[in-house]
Amino acid sequence: MSYLLDNWNQVAALAGQHLVIVLVAMGLSTAFGVPLGILAARIKSLGPWILGTFGIFYLIPSLALFAILVPFTGLGLEPAIIGLVLYSQLPIVRNTATGLLNVDPALIEAARGMGMTRAQRLFMVELPVALPAIVAGLRVAAVMSVGVATIAAYVGAGGLGNLILRGMQLLYPEMVVAGALPAAVMAVAVDLAFVALERLARRRVAAGGREGAAPQAENLAAV
Amino acid sequence: MARFWEHFLLYRDEVLWLTQEHIVMTLTALGLAFVIAVPLGILASRSKALQYPILWLAGLGQTVPSLALLGLLMPLLGIGYPLAIAALTVRALLPILMNTTTGIMNVSDAVIESAKGMGMTRAEILWMVELPLAAPLIAAGVRTAAVQCVSIATLAAFVGAGGLGDLIFQGILEVSTTKLLLGVIPAAVLALGAEFLLGRVEWWITPRGLREA
Repeated sequence: MSYLLDNWNQVAALAGQHLVIVLVAMGLSTAFGVPLGILAARIKSLGPWILGTFGIFYLIPSLALFAILVPFTGLGLEPAIIGLVLYSQLPIVRNTATGLLNVDPALIEAARGMGMTRAQRLFMVELPVALPAIVAGLRVAAVMSVGVATIAAYVGAGGLGNLILRGMQLLYPEMVVAGALPAAVMAVAVDLAFVALERLARRRVAAGGREGAAPQAENLAAV
Repeated sequence: MARFWEHFLLYRDEVLWLTQEHIVMTLTALGLAFVIAVPLGILASRSKALQYPILWLAGLGQTVPSLALLGLLMPLLGIGYPLAIAALTVRALLPILMNTTTGIMNVSDAVIESAKGMGMTRAEILWMVELPLAAPLIAAGVRTAAVQCVSIATLAAFVGAGGLGDLIFQGILEVSTTKLLLGVIPAAVLALGAEFLLGRVEWWITPRGLREA
């Protein structure tokens, strides 16, 4: 604990770095993942291919994925961000697609009856109704990203993993805990924040839409 | 490709040894997690009051990043094999526990009612009705946990516990992609293999009347 208290500024700076990595990666992941999810839900024959491709990344240990990326990207932020985005695609794409496919057909029928165009139906009916499921996917991706980002320190991305890895090399448990504890707190905080967002999204669509995917054990592998 | 094969032959003993280490580490953690999680899962399905704290704690073990988990346990366990096993076990708890609870709670009341009507005791109902019906879901939990463990076990090399992570590290340090792949490919194959094998187990333990085709 004393290392954490004595080096408060350093730890805070690394935590900030960590958060920035996660935020940038999540922004990109959402920008890619949601449209891909819409695509997977719209074109039925494409869905399994998209999910299968990102499912394969899930099987590659994150340490290995970062290491494979390094020859192409060099050390630093790039392999970290690319790796995080690749890992995040599966939960985001899957939940977006599932959420859209679970929209009550009667709602879509009603929207069509009101004379809505396809785009209007998507943006004003389907996506809002699927929002809780999409947010649930973002939650899995965000919590995982906080974890995988600690490992990205190994390829020079910085963040809290720096302290954990350096402490392990130096056999200095105090330093390890100074990185591990804030990382754990950050993961839990991100999780809780998304639980609140999910609840908000759910309340908004309480009137329509069916329950999304049943909460079974989520696969958070690769962390 | 030829160079990769050459490397493989050169390092064959090391690759095989580390793969074996990796498998033993994963299986040990999975076994421990199974022994802890299934009884806890049964408990959580029995008592509403305990269900929330048990699932919350297991969920916490899943939310905390695995590297951070290794770090937080390090002051207690030092560096080495026990640390890696402990972290992997904590990580594997939630999928097994949650699926055990869900599996048992999903057993329809009518089935339990008829078992009771046949004069079965509570223990008999658990062993002969509830657990067999929940088994496929429990196996699915074990499969999820296994794939995770294979992946996380590569981090064990950070704390001197060996496994295929060793080769990945050597590959990074020596900037040798071939060596890196010698660690990555067996790890990916192990993950795929676990997914496939446990998928078969899942089918095999599904009570015959419930199998789809």
